[in-house]
This record gives sequence, C-alpha cells and structure tokens, in this order.
Amino acid sequence: MVRAIHYLNQFFAGLGGEEAAGTEPTRVDGPVGPGKGLAAALEGIEIVATIACGDDYFGEQEGAALGRLFALIEGDRPDLLVAGPAFGSGRYGYACARVVAEAGKRGIPGLAAMHEENPGVAAAAGRVLIVPTAVNVAGMRDALPRIASLASAVASGRELGPPAEEGYLPRGLRRNRHHGATGAERAVDLLLAKLAGETRSEVGGAFDRVEPPARVGDLSHALMALVTEAGCVPQGNPDRLPSVRAQAWLRYSLAGEKRLEAGEYESVHGGFDVARANEDPNRLVPLDTVKGLVDQGRIGRLHEFFYTTTGNGTPVASSTKFGREIARELRDAGVEAVLLSGT
Amino acid sequence: MLAKEIEREGIPTVFVTSLPTISAMIGVNRTLRGPAITHPFGLEEEERRQIVERALEMLETDVEPTTVWEVAT
Repeated sequence: MVRAIHYLNQFFAGLGGEEAAGTEPTRVDGPVGPGKGLAAALEGIEIVATIACGDDYFGEQEGAALGRLFALIEGDRPDLLVAGPAFGSGRYGYACARVVAEAGKRGIPGLAAMHEENPGVAAAAGRVLIVPTAVNVAGMRDALPRIASLASAVASGRELGPPAEEGYLPRGLRRNRHHGATGAERAVDLLLAKLAGETRSEVGGAFDRVEPPARVGDLSHALMALVTEAGCVPQGNPDRLPSVRAQAWLRYSLAGEKRLEAGEYESVHGGFDVARANEDPNRLVPLDTVKGLVDQGRIGRLHEFFYTTTGNGTPVASSTKFGREIARELRDAGVEAVLLSGT
Repeated sequence: MLAKEIEREGIPTVFVTSLPTISAMIGVNRTLRGPAITHPFGLEEEERRQIVERALEMLETDVEPTTVWEVAT
C-alpha cells in the first residue's frame, strides 16, 4: 500500500473560515473532509495523515509553515503527497503548490489540484504536477477521481505522458518524440480545429512581462493616485461591488476627505477577514497618511478619485481588462505615481 | 495584474501586499511587503507612515523587473 499525506487549508480541514486563517500547522491521522472522498477514489493508496495550515499563516510565514508541516509527518514515512483541491482560492492554491514543491525537494513525489488561473499555478513554475479543477467547490466531485488517477500514475513511478493525456496542466517542458505527421500537417490540423471553434496548441503559454517605468523625478510636484484590490467601498456598498470574482472596478471621489472614516467606508473583499480593515479603512487605502504628506509637501497632489475592485477569484483576463481601463483613466488625468494595495 | 497594466502605461506603481512572492511571480515590478493580509498598510498611523514613506522611496527609484522591497531597511 502506498502511504499518502493530504494537505488542506484551515477551511477544508474543518478548522474554521477566514477567522481561522492564521491557524498554525497541524496534523490529523487519516483523511479529513475532501480527503474522505479522495480516499474512496484512490486504489492501492492510503491517506495515512492529513496536514493543514491557515492560508494567512502560510502566506506570511512560508518558511516556518513548511518546516513545521514536514516535521509533523516525519514519522509517517510518506510515499506521496496530495494537496488540495484549492479551486480558485489564491492563497490556498499558492500554499498547495509550495507544499508539493517542498515535498519534491525532500524526495516525496506529489501533486496539487486547483483552477488553471489560480496564482498557485504560477507559483509552481512548472515544477509541480497540477490537476486542473473548476473555479469553485462545486467542482469537487469532478476533481476527486481525476486527482486519484494522476496520484496512481505518480505513485507507480512510471514516466508520465503528455498533460492532456494524463490530466495535468502543462509545465512548460518539451520532450522530443517521433510524430507521424509533419509540422506542416499538424499546423493545418490546428488551424482547421481553430476554424471549427477549438483552439489547441503544442506549446504552453507564459506570463507576460512589463518593463518597469522610470522612477518619479520629483514627487513633491507629482500627482499621485490611490488604487486598491482590497474591495474598499463606501459603507453599504452602494454600487454592489461583488466580494468575489469582480466583474467591474469602481471609482469614488475623495474630494474633502482627510481620511477614510470607519463607518463611512468598508471592505467587501470575500477573501480575507475584513474586521481590522473596517475598524480603520486607512489600513487598506492609506488616505490619512498620504494627505498628511501632501500637506507637508512630500507629495505634490492627490488625484481626486480612488479606484477599487476585489482581487480574489478574479480571472486574469478580467483583472487585466480592469487594469487597462484604470490605467487609461490615470494617464488621461496626468497621474504620475500610484500606490496600489492588495491582500 | 492592475499594477502591471498601470506600469504598462508608463506610470510607476508600488503594489503593497503581504504576498510579495505571488506579486513578483506574475510580473509586478515594484512590490513592497505589507505587514499582513488583513491590513497591508499597518494597524497604527506611525507604522502606516513608515510603509508609505518606503513606498514613496520605491517610486523614486529605478528598479529591475519584479523587485521586492521590505519596509525595514
């Protein structure tokens, strides 16, 4: 029997929601939560223990989290590590990718599962096997058998086939092999498939890069703008910014405001515990400090609007579109520097 | 993603986040590590002033792609 360890975040391990996101690494015998469904789908593989960690704890103290998680399973003699599924949850997906990567360094093969646009996929940097899943937990039933199937393949130690055949996301690796059709024939096949509505590729994609713009020459004469992905809106969320998977960004006037008062502004972000932000919204959008620095002459002027959206579960394509639209407004307004906050 | 698009327009942008590894990985050029996910600009005014001052310094500096700074030097 192959001995597997399963990694979950605080939520799926049943330790609590956002209020428990600071939970320290912990270990439980056997499968827990989604691990029970996974155990039922696994053949010849036993989940001997489940390890879990709060998403905030992991994000903020990654080194300590990894050290402690692996110390917890030292006595378990694992042959395999499975992490997730994390679906669209960014912090959880990131942790899954890093835990599996660390397992690999320690000689334990592993795999993670999450949505293909989860930042954990970029965190894996092609070094972790990732089973693609739906963006939210509704995809659990579909995901578990596919995780089990790849887990069996990994545990067997055999050489894996291409991503599409084995059910994992492309890692950017290229392997030479003989193909019966020439490049020209395959290109025509891809083109015909595309005309029929199916876009396929023989090569994986990559994140694009932007050249860093030159520094601000003289901040004391510059126009600065405040932007946030932390879902900060006027109290009551009058324009109904969604708390997850935002479809839009919003712009609010700062005319006459010296600070963002509690009770007048709040965060509707659904990806972290907003209690501390709502006690003092300047913790997300630092208007009080920036206004003070404008008065002191350190910063020239502050743009009259701030821009806001929620950055959790937002698809890369939407987020890029919001960014372009906001960027154009800022450019047209003559903004020369931006302070952006996220979580 | 917002930071990248704003910088693509040529406007220097500092992204303050407590998950700088992810930020640098997706290609954000100027990232400053905030103290926590729940309050990237700190709890108290003095802490916030230090974070904002450091962000301003980063705006006034030419950086290599995907640079990450800490608040304390």
